This record gives sequence, C-alpha cells and structure tokens, in this order.
Amino acid sequence: MKIAVLSGKGGTGKTLVSVNLAAAAKISTYIDCDVEEPNGHLFFKPKDIIEEEISVNIPKVDGNLCSGCRRCVEFCKFNALAYIKDKLIVFEDICHFCGGCILLCPEKALTEKEKVVGRVQKGTSEQVTVYTGILNPGEPSGIPIIKKLLDENEHERDKTVFIDCPPGSACIVMESIKDADYCILVAEPTLFGVHNLNMVYELVKLFNKPFGVVLNKCLDGENPSEKFCLEKNIQILSRIPFDNELGTLNSNAEIAVRKSKRYRMIFYFLLEAVKKEVHHEATSDS
Amino acid sequence: MKIAIPVDEKSLASNVCVSFGRAPYFLIYDTETKESIFLDNGAAASTGGAGIRAAQMIADNKVNILLTPRLGENAADVLKSAEIEIYKTATASAKDNIDAFIAGKLLLLNEIHSGFHGHGGK
Ligand code: SF4
Ligand code: SF4
Repeated sequence: MKIAVLSGKGGTGKTLVSVNLAAAAKISTYIDCDVEEPNGHLFFKPKDIIEEEISVNIPKVDGNLCSGCRRCVEFCKFNALAYIKDKLIVFEDICHFCGGCILLCPEKALTEKEKVVGRVQKGTSEQVTVYTGILNPGEPSGIPIIKKLLDENEHERDKTVFIDCPPGSACIVMESIKDADYCILVAEPTLFGVHNLNMVYELVKLFNKPFGVVLNKCLDGENPSEKFCLEKNIQILSRIPFDNELGTLNSNAEIAVRKSKRYRMIFYFLLEAVKKEVHHEATSDS
Repeated sequence: MKIAIPVDEKSLASNVCVSFGRAPYFLIYDTETKESIFLDNGAAASTGGAGIRAAQMIADNKVNILLTPRLGENAADVLKSAEIEIYKTATASAKDNIDAFIAGKLLLLNEIHSGFHGHGGK
C-alpha cells in the first residue's frame, strides 16, 4: 500500500503527517521525495545509512564531428544549446537530459556524458526504513531522483509506504503520486490554505486518485479549508490541533507519535481511517 | 556597427524592456546605414533558457553591441562567446540610449545576475 502526502506549499505539515504516520504504522517505509528540501530525516535520524549517487546523461559535443547544422539547437525545447562562432555550447544546468539532441544529430557528434545531480540515502529508524532524496542545488529537475526512490521500493510491496511529496503541483509531484494507492492532502485553516489545497485537489482529481484531507493547525473558530471540504464533499480524515505540545516536539525535531500518547492516538486513528479508505477503494474497484 | 536593445514595442521611441530574455522584440540599429529593424523574440514565451535563445538570435544577426538594463548569466556566456559587448542602459527610451552610447556615455554592464531559472536559485 502506497500513500502519498501532498500540500500546495511547504510548511503546512506535510512532513509532520507523513513522518508520524510512518512512525504510527511501526513497520513501514518513509520516502522523502521533497528532494529540494528533504527534512523527514531530521525527525527520523536514521542509522546505518547507505548512500548512492544519482546521475543523468547530458550531451557532450565532439567539435571535430560537428558540422554546425544546428538541428540540435533548434530541437532543444529547453534552450540548453547555443551555436556561436562555429562552436556548440551546452548549458549543463539548463539541460533536462531528454536525450533528443543526441539521437537526432546527423553527424553523431553528440555523445552521452554522465553528470551527478544528487543522491539517495537509505537508513533505518526503529522499524521504519527511511529513504531520502537529495537534489544538488541549481539542478533543473529532481525527477531522476524521485524515479530512483520509487523504483527502489517496488519490491517492498508488502510494507506500507509513505511518500512525502514535494510541495506544489508541478510535474515532480505528479511523478511522486503516480503509483500511489491513496493521497492525503494536508491543509492549513486559512484562505491562502484553501488556495493551496485547491491546487493539489485539482491534481489528484486529474490523476483520478482516491484521496482525503487532513486539516492541520486547527484552532477554534472558522476554518476555510474545512468549509471547502464540506462544499466539495471531500472526506476529512483528521483534524490536528494547533498547540504548544506539538509545536515544541516539532521544533525539537521529535516525532510526536513516539513521544506523546495523545498524538499517538491521533495518528493511529488517522492511519486506520486511511487504511479503511484504501480497502474500500480496492473492493469497490474490483 | 550593429546595436541591439530589448524593447517593449516596435518603435525607436519605445521603452527599453526590463527583461532581456523575455523582451517581446529586439531593436537592431545599424550605425552606418542608420536603419533600424525589429526582431520578434521567439524565446519570450519559452519555459526555460529564454536568455540563451534570445542571445543566440542576437549573435546570429551579427550584432556588435547590446544595450540592456540587465542580463542573466547564461545569456551573458553566449554573448561573450560571440564577442558582443554589453552596456547598461541609462534611460527609458531606446532612442536616447543609442544616442548616449554613440556619445560614449554608457557604461559596460558588469553585474550579471544568476537568474531565476532552476529552482535552487535561492
Ligand atoms: S546536430 Fe550535431 S552536427 Fe548539427 S550542430 Fe548539433 S552537434 Fe553539430
Ligand atoms: S538532452 Fe534534451 S534538454 Fe539536453 S540539450 Fe539535448 S535536447 Fe536539450
């Protein structure tokens, strides 16, 4: 069972929810796909870390073979190539390694060159296997790292996998939720929170994924995100209160489920609610 | 000598465009013939690398001098490889900047910003 946790922007509690769910599930896998700013590991403090570099193939030009036809320059939709004074220039930071130019060069002047874009770490924290994807600063795309993180877990089908997605709704998020069985959307109780929630709501609907919402930072009084859910008939899975205890645990990078009985219950119930939903989906599908 | 300027409209009196890569047009002024032409910037709408593509077009038009308020790193690399000199615009109108450049009143653009491309540019 794969559960993806999303939010429209960072800082809404996406990591809080995914880390605590993974901890509440006890034997589980947590994957941090927020490769630009992975911080799940700060909470889990995983041990026995194994690290692997992730590289992509970018083009390298052989000036002796290049005829200057510029087909590659015209082709590259990322504008990563320029041809100036009889020389092809490759902008490595702009290249999205689609490989197209290498395929189409009529003179076979372009070949593949490996470039490291980031790394993947695997470690354990109690019985949770913790994967962290780390994208090198300035790299245009974290997708190769996400692919690696998710492929790596194909064989661990029996465990419950929690995917901490990157914020937003760009293609990197789509990649992260592609194989998810269920999506949890985390929302803040503000008008801006509704706007962010709507972004990810549109995305999961587009992908036709079953989903539910966790309302985070709940205070007494009006909750625009809650109103949004009720209007759209969206399942509310849990309401996480906003209090000092959680704030303190969070800022000390402690996992609430492992420290506080109250939070253990909250996330345990959330986990059960999600399991029920996934089960319900599975049976109504067949 | 050919001078290029990113502009908002197809007119000598047009304002200089604040962005190089995303400028809708480029004014190319030939100091010998005193003629000006306007190029449509096909890169303006591209998702990334607009500066590189625009710089390629400037270089392909055999420009010697670029007058611009600002410029990204990658575009600057292309222009430097093409041996195009880059000066900073001083006033709003394209025409005034050409006059100022010919009178030797413009300074070389030396601050090149690293751009907003990529997501790591914090
Ligand atoms: S397609 Fe090949 S031969 Fe043509 S400009 Fe590009 S590298 Fe050179
Ligand atoms: S691999 Fe793709 S993105 Fe990279 S330079 Fe070639 S065509 Fe452009």
